Amino acid sequence: MNMNEAIQYTQNLLFTMGDSILEICYLAASILFIFGLKKLSHPESARKGNFLAAIGMGLAILATLLFHRMDGEPIRNIPLIFVAIGIGTILGWLIAKRVKMTAMPQLVSVFNGMGGAAAALISLMEFPHIGDELIEKSGMLNGHAVAILLGLVIGSVSFAGSMIAYGKLAEKIGDPKLKFMRIVNLLFLLGILTFVVVILAQGHVKPTEITWMVYLLLGFSLIYGVTFVMPIGGADMPVVISLLNSFTGVAAAMGGFLYHNQVMLTGGILVGSAGTILTVLMCRAMNRSLLNVIIGAFGGGGASVDKEAGTVREISVSDAAILLSYSQKVVIVPGYGLAVAQAQHICHELEKLLEDKGVDLRYAIHPVAGRMPGHMNVLLAEADVSYDKLIESDDINSDLPNVDVVVVIGANDVVNPAAIDDPSSPIYGMPVVRVWEAKSVIVMKRGMGKGYAAIENFLFYNNNTRMLFGNAKDSIQKLIGEIKNL
Amino acid sequence: MEAILEFIFIHKEAIFIIALSILLGIEVISHVPAVLHTPLMSGANAIHGVVIIGAIIVLGHAGTLTAQILGFLAVVLGTLNVVGGFVVTDRMLDMFKKKPKKN
Repeated sequence: MNMNEAIQYTQNLLFTMGDSILEICYLAASILFIFGLKKLSHPESARKGNFLAAIGMGLAILATLLFHRMDGEPIRNIPLIFVAIGIGTILGWLIAKRVKMTAMPQLVSVFNGMGGAAAALISLMEFPHIGDELIEKSGMLNGHAVAILLGLVIGSVSFAGSMIAYGKLAEKIGDPKLKFMRIVNLLFLLGILTFVVVILAQGHVKPTEITWMVYLLLGFSLIYGVTFVMPIGGADMPVVISLLNSFTGVAAAMGGFLYHNQVMLTGGILVGSAGTILTVLMCRAMNRSLLNVIIGAFGGGGASVDKEAGTVREISVSDAAILLSYSQKVVIVPGYGLAVAQAQHICHELEKLLEDKGVDLRYAIHPVAGRMPGHMNVLLAEADVSYDKLIESDDINSDLPNVDVVVVIGANDVVNPAAIDDPSSPIYGMPVVRVWEAKSVIVMKRGMGKGYAAIENFLFYNNNTRMLFGNAKDSIQKLIGEIKNL
Repeated sequence: MEAILEFIFIHKEAIFIIALSILLGIEVISHVPAVLHTPLMSGANAIHGVVIIGAIIVLGHAGTLTAQILGFLAVVLGTLNVVGGFVVTDRMLDMFKKKPKKN
């Protein structure tokens, strides 16, 4: 276009300098999000990636406060906004800094729920403000109403679901056996979608007249969030959180659609699609499909109990110390028990002590050991365990028959032979660390309780398995004492 | 049918962005090692905190007291998502880094 046309064009848009700066900032923020995510997926650059994304977010927020205008009106209620951001920042910072490493998975779930709730609140407030012209032109079936209702449903499902996921990971909510619930849920979901269509089909009504329907929809969505997550076993919560994470992304994108806000749109959709892929990758790490996780049998399924359980053989601390000291190859398999007991530092001490005695020691890391993928890597890295000692379970399995002693510290389901030899087991087909192939196995465990998936583990009854009961930290402490005395 | 086609035409820019962002999201993530699943989920979690922009817009144009209260709540929740999300991710990633022993 020539100069005159350009001027005409910009005048038609009621162009101001601020508008332009705002869009440039949004573009920069979107690019920072993309680079942030990209860098987050490589170990060396991950931290920088997180930092870049945070800068993008800060930029987007600042630009919005300074330059955003709606129908020519700048942002008002600035003091109120600052107080709200202040409260959120202090609270978020404190919680995130103070929470124990073991509680991090559920914390992610809580923060995810907050985002979902914010998206739902936005929808709730915007519904009565759907423009008259839009209603006049196409009734309730317009882009704004669609975005608002979808944002409301997805945001509130994500909120309620995340809270249940939090409860399950914090072991405040158990896994009720609710097989029928899955069928009920499917019908429930169809019901909610139908209700959305019904609201959209209301035609030329004032939004304020049918606000009650929207509140009803909110109620249904919240209940659905609860019933959706409730029947899924606690062991599968990481996958659920990842899924809900991508839901919240989509809910945020709905807000972007509503406000013609490109940074919300790109940020939300990016998380929506990346989150979905991540969810699928997590399922793949457990050799299961997403559908199997959602509809699947964890926690509710009946593991076979027809086998004779047999007897459990205990080992004394001093015998364990001797066994370990005179071994050539030792592999440690850490699990959630290690995290709970905060035994990672003492475990590193044991590792150094044994290495001084000439023992070749490695860690077998199962991708889903603990409560989240990568949980063990994070924990052991905290204790300065060298990165190259952490071997993925797939890579160490072939070498296990040459290993003298495997020490299982608070892991259960990831070392369960039922995954290989019991087709009726709910975890059948999941890759596991085949510790029973080693010459002997020492299992450190608090008691004979079942693992998180509530499945019997026949490893404990094997001839070459010895149990060392007690808190992992105490047991390792005593073990170190004994080894030093040898 | 016509309504749907019209809808697509009116919102063509948004539909473009959505389609391209979906592909970009898939492309960016697909080769991530299992070790990074948790921090990556947490980082993505912080990014969808961008919903805070919407919350600020709502509160920034809220007229009634109810709208102000709900908007205020939305901004607080959105900030929690953003700040908490980024700080937790940083804490997780911090553990991968080599550092002198604390105790």
